Order: sequence, then structure tokens, then C-alpha cells
Amino acid sequence: MKKELRLMKGNEAFAEGAIRAGVDGYFGYPITPQSEVMEYLTAEKPHERTGMVVLQAESEVASINMLYGGAGCGKKVMTSSSSPGISLMQEGISYMAGAELPCIVLNVVRGGPGLGTIQPAQSDYFQATKGGGHGDYRLITLAPSSVQEMYDFVKLGYDLAFKYRTPVMVLSDGAIGQMMEKVEIDEQIPRTQDEEIRSKYPWATMGKTPDRERNIITSLDLDPARHERHNLKLQAKYREIEKAEIRFETIQCEDADFLFVAYGTSSRICQKSIQLCREKGIKVGLFRPITLFPFPKNDLKQVARGCKGILSVEMSAGQMIEDIRLAIEGSVRSEHYGRMGGIIPSPIEVAEALEQKFIKS
Amino acid sequence: MEETITKSDIIKPENLVYKKTDLMTDNVLSYCPGCGHGTTHRIIMETIEEMGVQKDTIGIAPVGCSVLAYEFMNIDMQQAAHGRAPALATAIKRLLPYKTVFTYQGDGDLAAIGTAETIHAANRGENITIIFINNGIYGMTGGQMAPTTLEGMKSSTTPYGRDWEMMGHPLKITELLAQLPGTYFVSRQAVHTPANVRKTKKAIRNAFELQKLNRGMTFVEVVSNCNSGWKMTPVQANQWMVENMFPFYPLGDIKVDGELVKK
Ligand SMILES: Cc1ncc(C[n+]2csc(CCOP(=O)(O)OP(=O)(O)O)c2C)c(N)n1
Ligand code: SF4
Repeated sequence: MKKELRLMKGNEAFAEGAIRAGVDGYFGYPITPQSEVMEYLTAEKPHERTGMVVLQAESEVASINMLYGGAGCGKKVMTSSSSPGISLMQEGISYMAGAELPCIVLNVVRGGPGLGTIQPAQSDYFQATKGGGHGDYRLITLAPSSVQEMYDFVKLGYDLAFKYRTPVMVLSDGAIGQMMEKVEIDEQIPRTQDEEIRSKYPWATMGKTPDRERNIITSLDLDPARHERHNLKLQAKYREIEKAEIRFETIQCEDADFLFVAYGTSSRICQKSIQLCREKGIKVGLFRPITLFPFPKNDLKQVARGCKGILSVEMSAGQMIEDIRLAIEGSVRSEHYGRMGGIIPSPIEVAEALEQKFIKS
Repeated sequence: MEETITKSDIIKPENLVYKKTDLMTDNVLSYCPGCGHGTTHRIIMETIEEMGVQKDTIGIAPVGCSVLAYEFMNIDMQQAAHGRAPALATAIKRLLPYKTVFTYQGDGDLAAIGTAETIHAANRGENITIIFINNGIYGMTGGQMAPTTLEGMKSSTTPYGRDWEMMGHPLKITELLAQLPGTYFVSRQAVHTPANVRKTKKAIRNAFELQKLNRGMTFVEVVSNCNSGWKMTPVQANQWMVENMFPFYPLGDIKVDGELVKK
């Protein structure tokens, strides 16, 4: 079948992806640089296209708790925000992880801390991949590096969220959210009917029928032994995810002496830096994690074997570098290069950083 | 031979004078004896049973003494983060508009940490029912001041009584909500006497029935006691409630058919 092609912003592609993936409800609160998600959705009238509910909530705290309610009924729900708003959502995300509810949370990251800046950054890596809120939990974290992936990761996100009954974070950034590229659009996936939800998700609070016990959505258990068992079950699920759901991409790694490791906008910069380095005779490749949790630990270690150095390129003070170092266990020297405050590094400065750190020093 | 009466002699259908509502589970209530939470649970469940809407009802438990409401109410339920029950209910009702959706919340949950969710759900006219237990105190965490704590009333964080110059005024959130065009039915009741229980049950029935009209939020406050937090016996607590709480939080309907009741 011939696919439809459109020129879209990353945020718009995510919104269209939501309608096409048969999402039941979007709940959000405006914040730059992601407000186009809700603006696109309200303009598209998805209530007419698919019956999807779109609601502007009074805060990010309300948004995430609307997701909790909707997800508890087995519905496909999502929100989007940017860094300060995502911080406000952390309690709700923790509840959803604890109660094992599926959802997608999009973070179009801007620079922090505090109100920071509206310009792109990657400084929420720790928050996204290490839990973010209270308690022992992890979010499956997907890092798109193109407008197409902003679109595609809606469907992928729900596949994973429902398979593992866990919230999924799409960790984007202001550049990917705002830039325009062409996107291949899929056929409309119909929304799941209520009767289908009842049979597919027997845990959902769709109303107690005589043929089953009442369904309870909760993250509370005051019995320590039982609650430890629940925690162990969650941990087993995360280990399962680490085994089965790793995604990454390698570019020109076959003959590489050095590796850039980067995701999102940084990974796009690095592709140009590779070219610059190779013109000078320095063989560099790119390892791009697509899942940040689970982090492609073993794959990175394998790809890095025989390399002389790894440069983690992030728009942060250096967060992913910690996962890289844990992954390669000292087998290759690894350094960080990053810019902060909303600055996107140029390909030249990244190439020079590699030379500076590994060749000239 | 001396006659002894055994348990099986007593538990016979002909001796039955009072029966647990079918929609209450067999779990032992976690509430202190004399607490209004238990009575209110029962009449909500009686109402759902009488309306025959068990399979179409979804309840939201708060954070507070009634956090475990789902252990006692035999319906599908979700347990919300502190104060956020109206946000959960908003989404559930919008995604499942044919269901009866209600939240059950204490005064700290509804009128302090959850003020924004409460007011905005009401202002959007969400077609949900809120049952609001106002006992003027934080029961669960050990009797601290609530937004509804009366002036001069002692709590563990107002050991010398609530002084409005330092701690602000008690909040009449129910009157405030009644001002919003998004609320359709607003009533304040109590459950300390059989007559009041009947009135509260009627108000809850009303609230659930009116929810089906999709005219906006229906809201029932139950002025209640917290004998543990107030450090009184159940009898003293009820008396104190009548003498002190009712003058400030007068009972009766506040808004009917979308119109404020003229006093
Ligand atoms: C975010 C958060 N803050 C604080 C608490 C602690 N907490 C639990 S219950 C409660 C007060 C509940 O009081 P109220 O809503 O009046 O209900 P009651 O126990 O009196 O029925 C507080 C502050 C919490 N669980 N979560
Ligand atoms: S502490 Fe107060 S509100 Fe809680 S169960 Fe006991 S009497 Fe009721």
C-alpha cells in the first residue's frame, strides 16, 4: 500500500501519530517547546475523527492523574510536556509504575534547572531513565532522533506499555519537537472497543460484573512482605525488559577507532561530525541508543571492542556517560562532551572535542 | 442440665434485625468505632445496590483514612494520589461517559492538597459525584489541622487552638463550589443519627441519579466526626460536632437543579 507523506513538525507528528494509533485520551497543559501537540490535536478534532478525548487540564499534576484514571480503565492515554511540567508529574508517574498502568508521557526537553530556558537540552536523562519519582521503578525510555520517530514511537510506545503494563517515556528535545521533516503516515488504527478492553485487559476498572471479583487499581500495600513481593515482581519485569527490548542503531562503526555515543538531536550532530573527522582520516562511528532504558549495555561493549575511545555527546553536563561507563566496565576510555543552557553544539566543535580529548592529549 | 445459648442458636434467619449490605465486602473496617466513614461507606453501597448500577460504577478512593475504601466497597475502584481523585474521575467519566463515577475524599484531600483538582473539575462541570467527608482534621496522619478546622479548635499542629491570624480561616469549600456554574447539585449532610443517615442517603441517591443527566458535578458533603483526632469518645465527638461544626457548616441542600437554595 502506498503510504501518505507529509511535512510536519516533530510535535505535530507525535500528535498525528496519537490519533492514528487509536489513542483514547490526551490530557495536557501548555508549555514551550511542546504546545503544538495539544494545538494540533484540538485543531484536528480527533473527537470527530476517532472519538478521541482531548482535554486541557489545569496543571501537569492533574494531567498525569487523568492518565492514571484513564489507564486504570484500560484506555490508551497520553500526555506531553517539557521539563518543568514533567517534574510536576513525577508523583503520578510513580503511582502508575506502582499500579502497573500503561501510558505514554512525552518529554520535549528544555534546559534547566528551574525554569531554565525554552531552548533544547538533554538534561532530563537521569530523571527519565533512573525512575524520576519516588520508589524503585523504571520507565521504558524511547529517544527519537527524527520527526519520523516522533510519529513511530507512539505505536511502539503503546505496544511496549501494554505488553509490560508500565508507563513509557518518549524523551525528545526542543529541536526534534520543533523541526520539520517528511513523515510517512500509516493507516488509521481503530480505537479499542470497551468490550474488547474487558476481555483483553481483565484488570481494567470497567465496572464489576457478576462473573469476576472487583478490580482494584492501587499502588498501596501496607503488608511489608506482600509489598516486597510486589517490588520483586516489578524488578523482574524490568529485567525482562532489559533482555527483550533493547533498541539501538550503529553508523559507520565497522572500522571505527573512536565512537560517538549520542541520542536525539546530539546523534544528528554527530553524524556530521563523523564526516568531518573522516575527512581528516580519523575513523569515527556513531552508536545511537534508541532505548535509554533499557540501555544497550552489552551491545555497546561489543561494538566498542578494540576502539581507542568513546565520546558521549549530550546536551547536558554528562548524564548518559555514567551508563556508558557502567556498560563498558573500563574496557575503553570514555569521555563526555556537552553543552548546556539550550546550546546545540556544532558538528565542528564536537569533532574538535574528540580530537582534543583523545588524539591531541 | 444447665441451658447454654450457643452462637448457632443466635444466628438464625428469624433473629435477623440488621444485615450487612451485599455490596460491602466481608473485610473488617479499618475505621475507629463511631467514625462516620463506615456509615457513609454503607449508605453509598446501599444506594448503588438499590439503583442496580454495580457493574457500571467506578469509585475513586483518596489518600486519608478512607484510602482503603476499595477494601470495603465491592465495586471496581481506583486509589488516587493525595488530592487528585477528581482528576482521575474526570478522565474516567470522559472516556466512559455511560458509567457512574464518584470520588470519596476527606477535607485535607479535597480542600487542601487537591483544591485545584476539585475546583477545576467542578468548573468544567464534570459529570461526576464527589462525596466529601469533612471531619475538620487530618485523621490518618494523626490529627493535624485541616483547611476546615474551626477557629480555636485544637489539633496536633494547632495545640493551642487554630488562630486565624497565624493559620488562616476555616474554608467553606462547599459553598465556594456551589457558586460555580459547573455544579448542579450541592448538599451538606451528616450521619450521626438515623434521621440524618436517611437524609444523607437521599442526597447521595439524588447525586447519582442526577449524574446521568450530564448537567454537571453533583456534590455531597458529610460533616463527620473524628473521635480519635478530636480526642473524644464517639458520643462526645458527635455532641461536639452538633454544637460546634453544624453552626459553621449548616446542614441542608445548598444548590438544587443548578440554582442556589435561598436561605
Ligand atoms: C503527597 C502527599 N502528602 C502527604 C501525605 C500524607 N497524608 C496522608 S493522609 C493525609 C491527610 C488526610 O486527611 P483528610 O483528607 O482530612 O482525611 P481523613 O484522614 O481525615 O479522613 C496526609 C497529609 C500523602 N500521603 N501524600
Ligand atoms: S482517625 Fe478519625 S477519621 Fe480516621 S478512622 Fe479514626 S475517627 Fe475516623
